[in-house]
Amino acid sequence: MADLRDLYQEVILEHSKAPRNYRELKAADHKAEGFNPLCGDRFTVFLEMDGDSIKDIGFQGSGCAISKASASMMTQSLKGKTRKEAEELFNRFHGVVTGQSAENGDEPALGKLAVFSGVSEFPTRVKCATLAWHTLTAALEGTQEAISTE
Amino acid sequence: MKASPQEIASGLDVERIRADFPILRQQAHGHPLVYLDNAATSQKPKAVIDAIVRYYERDNANIHRGVHYLSQQATEEFEAARKAVQLFLHAARPSEIIFLRGATEAINLVAQTYGRVHVGAGDEVLITAMEHHSNIVPWQMLCDEKGAKLRVAPINDHGELILEEFERLLGPRTKIVAIGHVSNALGTINPIAKIIKMAHAKNVPVLVDGAQAVPHVAVNVQELDCDFYVFSSHKLYGPTGVGILYGKQALLEAMPPYQGGGDMISSVTFEKTTYNKVPHKFEAGTPDMSGAVGLRAAIEYLNKLGMENIAAHEHELLEYATQKVSAIPGVRIVGTAKEKAGVLSFVIEGVHPHDIGTILDQEGIAIRTGHHCAQPVMERFGIDATARASFALYNTKEEVDALLRGIKKVEEVFA
Repeated sequence: MADLRDLYQEVILEHSKAPRNYRELKAADHKAEGFNPLCGDRFTVFLEMDGDSIKDIGFQGSGCAISKASASMMTQSLKGKTRKEAEELFNRFHGVVTGQSAENGDEPALGKLAVFSGVSEFPTRVKCATLAWHTLTAALEGTQEAISTE
Repeated sequence: MKASPQEIASGLDVERIRADFPILRQQAHGHPLVYLDNAATSQKPKAVIDAIVRYYERDNANIHRGVHYLSQQATEEFEAARKAVQLFLHAARPSEIIFLRGATEAINLVAQTYGRVHVGAGDEVLITAMEHHSNIVPWQMLCDEKGAKLRVAPINDHGELILEEFERLLGPRTKIVAIGHVSNALGTINPIAKIIKMAHAKNVPVLVDGAQAVPHVAVNVQELDCDFYVFSSHKLYGPTGVGILYGKQALLEAMPPYQGGGDMISSVTFEKTTYNKVPHKFEAGTPDMSGAVGLRAAIEYLNKLGMENIAAHEHELLEYATQKVSAIPGVRIVGTAKEKAGVLSFVIEGVHPHDIGTILDQEGIAIRTGHHCAQPVMERFGIDATARASFALYNTKEEVDALLRGIKKVEEVFA
């Protein structure tokens, strides 16, 4: 049986209550809005690029604990990363939260984001964990329209 | 689980009733299933499941056309279902009952037939701020097509329709009023008899969306004098895939058909088609025959228990839950109308409803979280979503207590 504590880890709860980089970037050159119409989660991700690297990143919006913590920890892990590195990190993250790849030892590159591995036991919450990341992808691609998980 | 004295006082033996619903016997995540998502869909008594099986094992054939024995049987079963719905709604004639796919299709039918004939450029359709999306979007589509205006009567902070505002919005250009009998997101029971009188005083017909009402309150369409009344079978302990449109005979007769096809015609040539009489004019194609039979079984089941008894039992549950939930610090009930049925929507300070839903689910408690297909209602209350517990005739006070323990657990996790 899935354990709630695997999903709501201390780190996740802490980030959801005090999200990092929770701000609009005045100097943003990329931004995108992400929306999960099923639960009403809505986030905007702001990026300031330096060439191919993410110089600064911020987000704003509202959502459940999982989506907010995921957005917060995403911004922490992406500062200074290149586009390609960000994409790779999302792929790994996606693999872990959907339970398609093991998190123990096999994904050291995931770092602190490994706390989200418990999400794989709660299939209805995968979209919460990945919303900020999908929004990031849209921001990097410069997509204008709000992206939706549906 | 022993029925409490109060439950016996309400006339329902809930312990026995629960035995009629096979699905309730199971566990979810290692806990006894506590099903409190009845406003989304209700569970089915064995009598309904058996009726559907019996139909397929004994009566199935296509209706209204075969000369053979089975077709006759199936037609009789289907028409008996229509009669059962007529009596359930206290309609004047069986021909005023149309079998469709759901309440949504019924509203779309009225918008696309009655609406397209009577609503023109500059005209108005009046709805309320507490409608389900299914009673907003079909009218929006009609208004967009016709260059008409959708007017929305506001609600107060309790989630009650502001009647003076509603009456003020009933203008010379209002061509139809569409209003929910009971709000799915807030539980508010609208004073529809009064509303219908107000509209009729200005010669405006009224469609009532009864999807959330029929499981909880007895409905008499003749007493209400409503022009259209719609509901879904699956929220009334019947099967999915069946919805009912009640319409006054004269209105239905004057309306153009909705879909073309078999059974809705009297004669077809390539030059001209003559349409069948109501209700068949609106029932193109082979209907959900087993579904209609199942709905009849659901109605018979409810009649045996008595709608008054059901309403009393659910009212007591809702009162109990409201009192207990509102006493928990940090919890706020959304929708505090004086007249309510079946629904307890709430938010917990600092916890998103989606997280509430997941934690309750781990305790075996099924509730709905989200905007409940009523985004404008959420906007009205300045929230993204709510957690919604909704009650049915088979729910118990012990289940409400389980919900309360679940809410405590939520607060522990997020402490």
